[in-house]
Amino acid sequence: MASLITCPHCGTRPKEEFSIRGAALARPHPAASEEDWHAYVYLRENPKGRYQEYWHHAAGCRRWLIVDRDNVTHDVFSVTDAASIREPSE
Amino acid sequence: MRYSAYSIIKQALSGNRLWKPAWREPEPKSHYDVIIVGGGGHGLSTAYYLAKEFGITNIAVLEKGYIGSGNVGRNTTIIRSNYLLEGNIPFYEFSLKLWEGLEQDFNYNAMVSQRGVMMLAHSDGQRDAYARRGNAMRMHGVDAELLDRKQLQALMPYLNYDHARFPILAGLLQKRGGTVRHDAVAWGYARGADMRGVDIIQHCEVNAIRRDEQGRVTGVETNKGFIGCNKLALATAGHSSETARMAGLELPIETHVLQAFVSEGIKPAIDHVIVYGAGHFYISQSDKGGLVFGADIDYYSSYAQRGNLATVEHTMEEGVSLIPGLSRGKVLRSWGGVMDMSMDGSPIIDRTPIDNLYLNAGWCYGGFKATPASGFCFAHLIAKNESHHVSRFLRLDRFERGHMIDEAGKGPQPNIH
Repeated sequence: MASLITCPHCGTRPKEEFSIRGAALARPHPAASEEDWHAYVYLRENPKGRYQEYWHHAAGCRRWLIVDRDNVTHDVFSVTDAASIREPSE
Repeated sequence: MRYSAYSIIKQALSGNRLWKPAWREPEPKSHYDVIIVGGGGHGLSTAYYLAKEFGITNIAVLEKGYIGSGNVGRNTTIIRSNYLLEGNIPFYEFSLKLWEGLEQDFNYNAMVSQRGVMMLAHSDGQRDAYARRGNAMRMHGVDAELLDRKQLQALMPYLNYDHARFPILAGLLQKRGGTVRHDAVAWGYARGADMRGVDIIQHCEVNAIRRDEQGRVTGVETNKGFIGCNKLALATAGHSSETARMAGLELPIETHVLQAFVSEGIKPAIDHVIVYGAGHFYISQSDKGGLVFGADIDYYSSYAQRGNLATVEHTMEEGVSLIPGLSRGKVLRSWGGVMDMSMDGSPIIDRTPIDNLYLNAGWCYGGFKATPASGFCFAHLIAKNESHHVSRFLRLDRFERGHMIDEAGKGPQPNIH
């Protein structure tokens, strides 16, 4: 695991400052079907390799971030503020 | 060859030159009745019980590495059945009963040691919860004893009883729990399966699952060519999402790394398996004298069999907080294994939406202790096309139906499940 994460707001920080929520999935519409909600809450693509996750900079700016990284080599490709990638429906 | 006192004497007198390999190294045939993907503990025990209990011997076990290279050799070797929920107790108790007879059954010394598993309680609420758990276990015919502080102090004088934040108040002891030599489990099952005609094919990686127009599995593409089968069974925990994806399935699983540690060898000090209730730390002492211990997963998705320093530090802190004397010891080795973290912390042994594809996955922290029952129940499912009665709750569709088995709420991210 990469030990340093470059937060877009705080700069390069140790990864212990962050808490990890998991896969950065698009939240379904509240009226979406049960199948959609089941897939969102429980099912994971869980690829071996490149993965996008929600990370919270809990001991920093407290912003939600999307970390794009490789879960085998631990390379980090990008860190962006989650608000900058808002879903079109919202 | 049967192993016995006689065989050891005979070999000793002949300079140990007559030992034969414990299993063959066959080339794959073009077709099998059953192919099991994954030659770990669960895959091998599945093959063993299919051959021994269910009369199916035309089986291949495909392993991409070598036998014993995966999680069966990367755990902390603990066996126990001290669970609370109905979906779990009978299953893990069945497993413990199989452990108790295993060495006689497969004629291999797995060093099953029923030294007792002690779970410590550090608050009144936790003590009550353990009393409830102990009662649930006894209702299912499983042994459980609730010990108070005095009894614990007599048994384990080296624990930190008066910790300012997490004093030790009580302990739930399962005397029949303990440890097993994990490599010998893999070797014993591999040998037992091989003796019954199962082909164990090492260094054979499955790259694709081939299906016909109706969607049924016809075989697998491997680095040793195409191998056909009537039934395909996946036992690839750690990589279940990857293998299931080859059949177009998405699973309620995320893969995480779990670390384990061994200290230098010291004189016999810790007689039991001890589980710290205020954190998630477990420790025992191996027969060589090394302390074997571990704690939580690293809490980020990882397929790398190596962990992070922050979790190492956290594990050591928990250990020293429970057993202050540990601070004087030295860690010899540490390693990581990749876990299928299912969304409710419980495993899956079930059929899949594809007719002749079977799934054994989602073992989270607890795959090793389940090895015998997992294999037995998976073999039952494959042979008879219906669940064994002790594994009937471990279904793939339980998340959809709202029947989670959330024993400890220990999924990959426990905050959301």
